[in-house]
Parts: sequence; C-alpha cells; structure tokens
Amino acid sequence: MTHTVLVTGVSRHIGARVASVLAADPGIDRVIGVDTVPPPSLSRDGGVPLGRTEFVRVDLRSPDIAQVIAAADIDTVVHMSLLSAPSRSGGRALMKEHNVIGTMQLLGACQRSATVRRVVVRSTTAVYGSSPHDPAVFTEDTEPGEPPGHGYAKDACEVEGYVRGFARRRLDVTVSMLRFANFMGPGVDSPLTRYFTQPVLPTVLGFDPRLQFVHEDDAVEVLRRMAMEDHPGTFNVAGDGVLLLSQCARRAGLPSLPVPSSAFRFMGGLARGAGLVGFSPEQLRLMRYGRVVDTARLAAALGWRPKFSTASAYEDFVRARDLAGGLPSAMLDLFSQAVEQAVRR
Amino acid sequence: MTRGDGSPGDASFGDASLNGASPGDGDGSPRGGGGSPAGGNGDRDLAELLAFLRRRVTGEYDVDEFGFDPEFTDRVLLELIRPLYRRWFRVETVGMRNVPGDSGALVVANHSGTIPLDALMLQVALHDEHPRRRAIRLLGADLVYQLPLLGHLSRKTGHTLACREDADRLLRKGELVGVFPEGFKGVGKPFSERYRLQRFGRGGFVASAIRAGVPIVPCSIVGAEEIYPKIGDLRLMARALGLPYLPVTPFFPWLGPLGLVPLPSKWIIGFGEPVRTDELDPADADDPMVVFNLTDQVREMIQQQLNELRLQRGHAFPPFF
Repeated sequence: MTHTVLVTGVSRHIGARVASVLAADPGIDRVIGVDTVPPPSLSRDGGVPLGRTEFVRVDLRSPDIAQVIAAADIDTVVHMSLLSAPSRSGGRALMKEHNVIGTMQLLGACQRSATVRRVVVRSTTAVYGSSPHDPAVFTEDTEPGEPPGHGYAKDACEVEGYVRGFARRRLDVTVSMLRFANFMGPGVDSPLTRYFTQPVLPTVLGFDPRLQFVHEDDAVEVLRRMAMEDHPGTFNVAGDGVLLLSQCARRAGLPSLPVPSSAFRFMGGLARGAGLVGFSPEQLRLMRYGRVVDTARLAAALGWRPKFSTASAYEDFVRARDLAGGLPSAMLDLFSQAVEQAVRR
Repeated sequence: MTRGDGSPGDASFGDASLNGASPGDGDGSPRGGGGSPAGGNGDRDLAELLAFLRRRVTGEYDVDEFGFDPEFTDRVLLELIRPLYRRWFRVETVGMRNVPGDSGALVVANHSGTIPLDALMLQVALHDEHPRRRAIRLLGADLVYQLPLLGHLSRKTGHTLACREDADRLLRKGELVGVFPEGFKGVGKPFSERYRLQRFGRGGFVASAIRAGVPIVPCSIVGAEEIYPKIGDLRLMARALGLPYLPVTPFFPWLGPLGLVPLPSKWIIGFGEPVRTDELDPADADDPMVVFNLTDQVREMIQQQLNELRLQRGHAFPPFF
C-alpha cells in the first residue's frame, strides 16, 4: 500500500520532527506538511530539517485544506496543529480559532475524502483538568469532576469532541487520539519549559503538584508508530514515574519562591502581560493540584514503553539548556567538609 | 514551607534526623539497623545523614504516582510524631499478625478524637511495629485535599482522596489501604458518645475490597476518644470557616493554643481476625445486599473489639486516674 501522509503544524518543533522521521521512512511515498507560517530557517532558529517533506502554506481555518487533501490522495493525517499558548501578536481569540475551527475544517475535509484511512490527533492530558476532587491517576475513561473551562484545555476538549464525532461518522477510518503529558526535552518551547528556565521558580505556597513529562523523542516515536499502524482509540502518553515540582526545582538546583496563590495568579498575569512566561488559569491549577495519568493502555497497544521516564526527560532538558544551578550542592559540599573536619578534630 | 531550599521546612530535616541518629538514643530507634558493632557507628550515622541531606537538597529521591515520599515520611514526619506515639500516648498494639506482610489488604478502623491524630498513630504503629514495616495508604476526605499544605503533606505521606479509582488502584498494587468509614461523624462526635461507632458510609470500601479480593482487617483504636473531649460545637463559626465542626473542649478555646495540647490518654490499637473476600465473586461488589451485610459484619467486629480493648485498658489516664 502506498502511503501519503499529511502532517499539520510542521512549523513547530514536534510537528517538524514527526514530518522528518516520516519523510525518512522508505515505506512512505510522500509527506506533505502544512502550517499557517513557514518553518523556521535551519541555521538561525534551530529548525528541524524536514527532509523530502513538501511544505504547503495553508491557513487551517480556511477550506483550502480540502483541496490539499483531495489533490494528493492522502491516506494518513497526523494532526499536530494545536497551539498551547496564544501567540504574542494574535491573542487568545486567534488561538481558539486556530485550534477549534482549524480542526473542524480539517476533519470536514477528511470526512469528504475517499482516500483517508487513518487520522492521528494530538491532544493533551490537560483535558482532565486539575482539581482536588479527582482521582490521583487518570485513566483514559476517567470523567473529570471539573472539566476545564477555558484556554488550551478547553480547546482540546472541544477538538476531542469533534474528533469523536468524526470517528462516529466515518467508521471505516482509524482514529487515534493521543493525550500527551507536557512535552519536555532540549528542543521544546512551551509555557512549562519557559517556566523552568527562570532563575527563580515561583511556586504556590502550600502546594507541591505532581507533574509528568513526555520526552520529545518518545512523543515523535509514538506519533510515528500511530501514523504507520492501526491503533484506534484514545491513549495517554507520558513518561513513567512522577516528579514533584519541588523535586524539579531541586534537581535543577534552582531556588523556588513560594508565594500565596493570589499573588501567584497576579504575578502570572503580569508576566503574561510582559510576554515573559505565559501562564493561563488552567496552568495555574496545574501548579496547585498537578496531574498524573495512567499509560498502561498505550504500552499494551504498542508493545512499547517510552525510553525516557519523567525524571530522565526532565534531566535531559536541564542538561541541554544548561540550567543546573550548582549553588545548593556546592554549599552542601562545603557544609559536609566542615562537619567532617569538626568530627575528626 | 515544604519546598524551597533553606526554608524552615528544610531545617527540620536536619533536626529531626539528628535526633534520631544520635548515638544516645538507645530507645530502639526504629531504623537503627540493630546489632551492628558500636565502634564507628557515629561516623557511619554521620555519613548516612549527610547522604540523606544531599538526596533531599538535590531532589534525588522517588515519589510514587500518588506523590508518596517514603523517605520524607519515615525520617521527617513520622520522626516528629514518634515521641507523641511512644511517650505521650504510650500506644500498645494487639494482633499485628492479622495484618498481611506483603499483599494488599484493607484496614477498617474507628475514627475519633476531634482532631484525627488516630490516623497518624495508626500509621506509626503499622510502620514501626509491623515486621514488614508497612506503609498504610489512608483514604482521606476531600476537604483535606483542598487545603494548602495539608493536602500535599497528606499526599507525601502516602494518603490519597477517598474515591473508588484510587482505592482500587492501590489495592491492585498490593498496598495496605486504610479507611475510616465513619468520617467526620466519627471524629467529630461528642464526648458523651465515645466508643459508639457511627454509621458506616455507603460501604464503598467493602466493594473495593471485594473487587480486589483482598482481606478486610477490622481495627479498633482505643484512647483517641479522650484526647480532646468534645463537649460543645461552635456551629456558626465552623460554618463561617468552612469546617465540618469547631469543637469546644474543657481546655479549648479557653486556654487558647495551650488547649490544643492533647490529653495524655493511654492508647491500644488492635487488629482483628481478617475477613476474607476472595471467596466472593468480584461481581458481588455490585450487589448491594452482599456489600451491606459485609459492612455490618465488619462494623460489629470493630465495635466488639473496641469494647474488649477498652475493658483491657481500664482507666483512660494511667497512672493518674
């Protein structure tokens, strides 16, 4: 069977990497990458070489995408174009349009298409929300007590709703929905990675959330497998294990600054206004209550486990960004020496 | 206060473990690794302490998916509670052999004392006096998880929200899960109703045990009823503060913070004969009659054991009266 794969969102890091591994696969005839903006140049902005991916600049919110799908006899669609934070110029309204209307247009085009056999959609574990009333570990079937009410997570919930509708109408198409934990790794640029690159980490006083990360390499591998094999259903994707926010700060050697939740919210708003660290309300909830998902279903379906655990994904990120502030451990060294000398005397 | 290197919370790591590791503390310090020759013990303890500090400062320790941090629990939190357990309440345990060593089980206990110190004492008892040093994973009210600090301390010490998903997950993993089915009705009941078990929720805990096929261990805690004798309730204030009750005791609120010192009652924690559920079909978890009957049976066993242990203990405040 010949494969022609459409990848949306190739101008962003993970999308570009997925397109490039698919382009490197001899079993795939054509890879067509679309996005609203052209990919960043390789030399300057740390772009990823796309290989033989054919780039088409399409605004997903317009019906042009239908023409792309019809013209190229596409059989597999990998939908990666989900913005997690508003762009500096566009704002929240544009982000929502991009995420929700973009998905509707794409799925509309897929529904019309006679050739599409497989649709892989990137979603997020943020659809579970974050609250003190939910079970500690979410499985794919958990109905969250408080579904997310705004921002990225709400967009993702709506996108999932349209994807489920599409799956009901086109029973002949294999639909895989992947709920990724926060991406982590050297090339990832997200609100959370920007948070961890601050010199001091503000935390919410009295809260120490459990976090889970998925390494970008593992995310790309999961998307590649999903694009090549039939695995219908919804899957959580996260590295094994859990890190507490306090552990993340300690492992990076970064000082943390606990502030009351109202001040945290205020500072988050200020930082967002200044274009520094975009922290939306649902991310603020994450910083209080955290979120952990069960990944057994993915492991069973693929017969594969992520190479990076949550902890090693974070370690790789810290090493690549050279964040490790050595002050606490250096002070500890001095302290240990002093104690040992005092004992010997 | 729980995070941030160099915060007061971190200072307590050092203090607590120094106390525990000091050579003078011969009182069967629970993790002393007994039997080692005395020579060089101090050096080894010191090296261990420094290694411990290093792990804490650099974050090189593991927590499970529920946020349970065994090292922090054992060496900091339980260490702070141990004096209360040993010297203040002089807790004795009975029937520890009824708690399985390495498989899942559900410990069901009575709840009392106005402030749930009984949960902490149960945790110390199972950790320090069970031969396999079991960590009990308590299922707590959702009120706990909404509060800053308390919710996260509770997760760090291994406890989680009382809900079906978490209970099933822990039991499937072979953990020792603990519940107080009386909830606030038990812990907040007036002193006049002491040692009288309240209604047992909806029996959700029994259904979880049946689904997992694990034994139910009835547990009776004697002594917690007398620590804060609740003789009144400031209902309006409690409602304004969002609390289930605000107690009046002979010493609180009259003596202010001093009234928060628990009375030194003598405690006995007893573990009864386990009730097997592996002979039942897991589908029986959905049969309300089976669940109610088993709930009643467990409740009766706890009440009976409670009466016996109370007789065995005698006066609440030996050696005074």
